[in-house]
Amino acid sequence: MNTFVPPVVQWGALTPVLIVFGAAVVGVLLEAFLPLRVRRGVQTVLAIGALGASLVAVGWRWSVVQDSGASELVGGAVIEDLPALATQMVILLCSLVGVLVIADKAGGEEAFAARASAAPGSRYEAMTREKGLVQTEVFPLTLFAVVGMLVFPTSGTLLTLFIALEVLSLPLYLLTGLARRRRLLSQEAALKYFLLGAFATGFVLMGIALLYGYSGSLRLDELAAAVPATAGMDGLLLAGMAMLLVGLLFKIGAVPFHNWVPDVYQGAPTPVTGFMAAGTKIAAIMIMMRVVYVVVPGLAWDFGPMMWVIAIITMVVGTVLAIVQSDVKRMLAFSSVAHAGFLLLGIIALEATAIGSMLFYLLAYGLATVGAFALVTLVRERDVNGNVTGEALSLSQWSGLGRTNPWLAGSMALFLLSLAGIPLTGGFMGKFTVFAAAVQGGAWPLVVIAVLASAAAAYFYVRLIVAMFFTEPRIDAAGRGSTVVVRSEGMTVVAVAVAVIGTVYLGVLPGPVLDLLDSAAMFLL
Amino acid sequence: MFGLDDFPWLTAMIAVPVVAAVVIWLVKPLRRIARPLGLVVSLVVLGAAVVMATGFDLGAADQVQFSTTASWIAALGVSYDVGVNGLGLAMVLLAAFLVPVVLVAAWREVRAPESAPDDAVALVNRQAGFVALVLILLGLMVLVFAARDLFLFYLAFEAMLFPVYFLIGIFGGPQRRAASIKFLIYSLTGGLIMLAGLIVVFTQTWGDPQGMRLDNLTDVFAGNPTTQFWVFLTFFIAFAIKAPMVPVHTWLPDAAAQATPGTSTLLVGVLDKVGTFAMIGILLPLFPGASAQAAPVIMVLAVISIIYGGLLAIGQNDLMRMIAFTSVSHFGFIVLGIFAGTQTAMVGSMIYMLAHGVTTAALFLIAGFLIQRGHSADMRSYSGMQRVTPVLAGTFLFAGLSALALPGLSGFVPEYLVLLGSYEVHPAWGVAAVIGVVLSALYILMAYQRVFTGPVTGQVEGVAEPEGLPVRRTLPDLVVREKALLVPVGLAIVFLGVYPAPVLDLLSSVADSFAAILGSA
Repeated sequence: MNTFVPPVVQWGALTPVLIVFGAAVVGVLLEAFLPLRVRRGVQTVLAIGALGASLVAVGWRWSVVQDSGASELVGGAVIEDLPALATQMVILLCSLVGVLVIADKAGGEEAFAARASAAPGSRYEAMTREKGLVQTEVFPLTLFAVVGMLVFPTSGTLLTLFIALEVLSLPLYLLTGLARRRRLLSQEAALKYFLLGAFATGFVLMGIALLYGYSGSLRLDELAAAVPATAGMDGLLLAGMAMLLVGLLFKIGAVPFHNWVPDVYQGAPTPVTGFMAAGTKIAAIMIMMRVVYVVVPGLAWDFGPMMWVIAIITMVVGTVLAIVQSDVKRMLAFSSVAHAGFLLLGIIALEATAIGSMLFYLLAYGLATVGAFALVTLVRERDVNGNVTGEALSLSQWSGLGRTNPWLAGSMALFLLSLAGIPLTGGFMGKFTVFAAAVQGGAWPLVVIAVLASAAAAYFYVRLIVAMFFTEPRIDAAGRGSTVVVRSEGMTVVAVAVAVIGTVYLGVLPGPVLDLLDSAAMFLL
Repeated sequence: MFGLDDFPWLTAMIAVPVVAAVVIWLVKPLRRIARPLGLVVSLVVLGAAVVMATGFDLGAADQVQFSTTASWIAALGVSYDVGVNGLGLAMVLLAAFLVPVVLVAAWREVRAPESAPDDAVALVNRQAGFVALVLILLGLMVLVFAARDLFLFYLAFEAMLFPVYFLIGIFGGPQRRAASIKFLIYSLTGGLIMLAGLIVVFTQTWGDPQGMRLDNLTDVFAGNPTTQFWVFLTFFIAFAIKAPMVPVHTWLPDAAAQATPGTSTLLVGVLDKVGTFAMIGILLPLFPGASAQAAPVIMVLAVISIIYGGLLAIGQNDLMRMIAFTSVSHFGFIVLGIFAGTQTAMVGSMIYMLAHGVTTAALFLIAGFLIQRGHSADMRSYSGMQRVTPVLAGTFLFAGLSALALPGLSGFVPEYLVLLGSYEVHPAWGVAAVIGVVLSALYILMAYQRVFTGPVTGQVEGVAEPEGLPVRRTLPDLVVREKALLVPVGLAIVFLGVYPAPVLDLLSSVADSFAAILGSA
């Protein structure tokens, strides 16, 4: 009979996660003890500080791992290798930029409901606004989500994978429902996200159970070892793996598991959308990559065709549906579906070179996405009385911004061009390297489809640029522009500036970052 | 001693206009003097190009000269590698020559936005924007003709789209948005198809820190004809869209009709040459086997372009669209000469690229002057203009005669060489292409007849608004600025027609080496 051996916990190696986790817990306590007026400031500093400190810690672990090699932590539950650390770095960078946008009170009001519990349209809601209440729980919630994202791609066992998935998802379900305006839409999105997410989680759990039944272990390496060694139980393995992959494909928003994406992206408070779109995708893609690269090579014949089909329909459906959108957030949502398809190419490639390429792609994608959604938070409508209200999301409302706000429109154009994969932006370099890895892995038909999809995708990205630069601004009856750009407190401007500089830097001088990420080309196990 | 050869001429010619454009746009006080400043910068670049050309070793014209090489993205094998052979030098000179001409031509073309016609600030901003975009385009054009690294070439090839896109979309005519989107989608699709091929080429040399230099990619798929053919096809489609060849030419008439005449000049005169330039400089050395294999089919397409483009040109009522279709026909000649595989035809194509550049520039600019006066591009709204604006009519006829390859003007020598060279190897196509010559006489002379001859009609003279009575108002003839800028263009046309020897010296050895690739493969 086996005796229980408590695992050794390498506290030092876990610092990047522990810092953020600790800050999240402290954040919850601050909610209880700090007076209302200082809460927001303290929470902002705490969140940004924690993410920054965690980034430094990741850098430290990176140098340690480069010297002494990758290792298992906590009895194999967490893997510390260069891909994991590089992923954490990318996630932290995008989260830092994302949190800046979340914290900003652009136009003098937060993006979040004053009291999430107040029924939309009720007198209670009106009162919470008058009292100037703020829902500062968003900061600890965001940090908890970051904890989940940080742990997710480092999972060494299916159990860690599942827990990280839950830790990352639950705060996001909540955050989705907190929008200050269009609250019914936001709450509907949260409910939809939660129900579908729970459904996907169920798939993951069932898959884990089947895989455990097959291999007798929750560890990825033992599962991989069992694939060629175990005969006669293929049903368990294939069904289990398929269910696990379905859960992960749901998280990255691949077709046909993408139905939540447009509604959630549209309904969630825009700063959360940007953060979620970048962070979740990075974390989920990289854990999927780990699972596929570690376990699936022995199953390439079984899963190859399925993954090819999913990649193709994801690229095509994402692109085609994005073309017909007239809402900026929904358009970006479908564009993120199409990007999930492009990213699947790197997973299908099964080439060691793809890991660095994918990280580069994700970094470029993350920066452009967070930056684009940050800009969306600044563009607002004006109602008939001249009051500035919610975000102006219709494409036509962005008309003429190139003339009235050249910097904002120019930055948006840059992010869109990067998402479209136009040369001299980070997005192009990412696409180039990922597609190159796919060609090397023999998936050239997918690359041809991806390239054609990119050409079609250019149409909807460019459509917004056309609206901004080639059309006259819309003027209302009183002679004012019916779309206004509100002032940010400064944090959103910083976030956008970082994203712009990052996008250009990755596009023009990608060498250093490519070299850094290419060194992360081997999964431990 | 710091010699002519040591100075990084090409890098300077790329960097100076781009930096100047950014400065003009960012430093607001400079926007007011953007036009003269832009003209000075473009003249400096032209001067640099001429000085560089004097240092060019004609004896080694088929070798790449003035090379600058630096590692850029070692992880992807990408270098900053620029240099020109005789053809590259000729194209750089053409680009540098046409930009100042276009800037002068567009001096008054850029108007205030429709929403605020009296807004002086908006007008200044738009003028500065136009100048900045043209200067950026100049830098990119030099880069694309000088790039000796496939990745660098691709970047410039794609990046060039955006200045043009904005030039059409912001400053163009009433349907500019549709035209600019059509242009962009066509070009991006071509570029992205090429990207697929580029990636396959890249995977061949992955790991070599200089793997993407053209010199290292010569016949890169020598051992694998199937892959070579498909990759060749991706590149060819991109270049055919750019050139443009039938059946992927439909973006050009719309773009040319909606863009300002200056933009059309650069678009057709220089940018489209990137397609044919790359067919010579990239397709032939990188994919010699596939080029030879595809040459018969491409020549058929070229002949179709010549005849179909000519027929469509005859049928146009819009002057700008007419000129655009003549270019489709002329690009057919260039492509025919490239893939004929003889030295005569190749050198003909190369000179054709130069001659067509100056001739089309003249046609577009003069047509632009006419449209500026008559406020219509429709040939049916004009009649008898040679009596109203004789100088305009004369210069148009002069440029048109060059376009129909009258001996003594620039169009004649190259067209003759292309026909001769292709007749040598493919008599049928040579004969078929001659139909294009006949068509060119028809479309040019018919256009002249419709616009400039006949009675002076009421439409030209205008109608007084309040009473609706005809008034005797005549349109002004060319002003000094317009005449002045046509002088260098006209001289270039005559020079290429009467004394093509220097250009032949420059290009014949390059043509030899490239024609040999196709001949031996």
